[in-house]
Amino acid sequence: MFDFLEGYDLLGAFWVTIKLTLLSAVGSLIWGTVLAALRVGPVPLMRGFGTAYVNIVRNIPLTVIILFTSLGLNQTLGISLGAHGFSHINFRLAVLGLIVYTSAFVCEAVRSGINTVPVGQAEAARAIGLNFTQVLRLVVLPQAFRSVVGPLTNVLIALTKNTTVAAAIGVAEAAALMKDMVENEAQLLLISAIFAFGFVVLTLPTGLILGWVGKKVAVKR
Amino acid sequence: MTEVSVAKQDVAATGDLVVLRNVNKHFGALHVLQDIDLSIARGEVVVVIGPSGSGKSTLCRTINRLETIDSGTILIDGRPLPQEGKELARLRADVGMVFQSFNLFAHKTVLENVTLGQIKVRRKDKKEAEEKARALLDRVGVAAQADKYPAQLSGGQQQRVAIARALAMDPKVMLFDEPTSALDPEMINEVLEVMQQLARDGMTMVVVTHEMGFARSAANRVVFMADGRIVEEATPDQFFSNPRSDRAKDFLSKILHH
Repeated sequence: MFDFLEGYDLLGAFWVTIKLTLLSAVGSLIWGTVLAALRVGPVPLMRGFGTAYVNIVRNIPLTVIILFTSLGLNQTLGISLGAHGFSHINFRLAVLGLIVYTSAFVCEAVRSGINTVPVGQAEAARAIGLNFTQVLRLVVLPQAFRSVVGPLTNVLIALTKNTTVAAAIGVAEAAALMKDMVENEAQLLLISAIFAFGFVVLTLPTGLILGWVGKKVAVKR
Repeated sequence: MTEVSVAKQDVAATGDLVVLRNVNKHFGALHVLQDIDLSIARGEVVVVIGPSGSGKSTLCRTINRLETIDSGTILIDGRPLPQEGKELARLRADVGMVFQSFNLFAHKTVLENVTLGQIKVRRKDKKEAEEKARALLDRVGVAAQADKYPAQLSGGQQQRVAIARALAMDPKVMLFDEPTSALDPEMINEVLEVMQQLARDGMTMVVVTHEMGFARSAANRVVFMADGRIVEEATPDQFFSNPRSDRAKDFLSKILHH
């Protein structure tokens, strides 16, 4: 029944999906947190930048962003992010595009977490002489992150599925392989089911594990 | 009032620790602090009392610039309060603050609450900071709770930890913003006792409170505020037995006789 799978590197394709997901997740967590810090900061210019970034980026379709990294950054401006060869370059471009896009959502999740931290926590931190960055890094963000594990899990699951858009610029991840197989094989329903199952295998444990983590690290008040 | 203010001016010559001159602040249309003049000498315990909304908490919070002021001058140890930034952070480390709602860092243990400022602001090493923290926790009577999280402590214990956290910075002056107002009645005394001990040890203190017993027993001076102004300043004895202003008489008659 699964004879048609022969000759296709299914695991390899999902491995690319996993790499795309993990690299983009780390990148967007960092950049998204920086954006959130900008948005709650005391400098109006930085606040303005953070707000503009989020409102512009989250309203552009991911496909447009991913295509822009390839057509705009790479083919027009000649940016290759230090990689050589079509597949390497496009993989890095896809990670960049996913980070740019996902960080807008991470920023908003983190910012909502910051809003759950009572204002007295920051006041007490300032009162013992911590500066703005220390207040954020040592007192506010650690508590904010603990309260947004749930929303961040949603973002991570969405990101996992969004990596399929990288197929648009020729990254050989799961969706690209599925397209190949659909063109060459007859078992359309079965192929779709296999790939759907593959994504569920990736995302379901993510949700369960992070759900448990979220409960575990919650701040008691 | 003249008696007290003459005495105060003598102290001013020797350099008061906290000086507020002609301080004004508005919250929108509300003129919450009106021409406040107040000097606090080294080692003095000043209790600020008054009805709700009189501006006494705001006054307390302006001294370490958790609230900004619209006009006037605030001097700490002879230096004007700097703008937000490094200088201000340094100054705040010298001004201890205790809040009505404790505000212990909820994600850190009691011990970490008391060491954080020492390590990150005073740049002490961890061991030294922990030794000092344990000594302070012992002094306020919660040494046994060092490894618990704030949420596991009673309100009175939390507030005593908050006092230890402030003391860990070796502050020049301690501000108390209604430190017992959020406590169950039977926990108020354990906090007041710690504060009384602190006053006896010569700490300069500004205490906003509704605890008249504390004002009587520990204060060098009572400042009575109403509607954003300092209405009366006197020694506790003078103030409680013989208030001069009608506003203070009215206030005292409402809280002392029932």
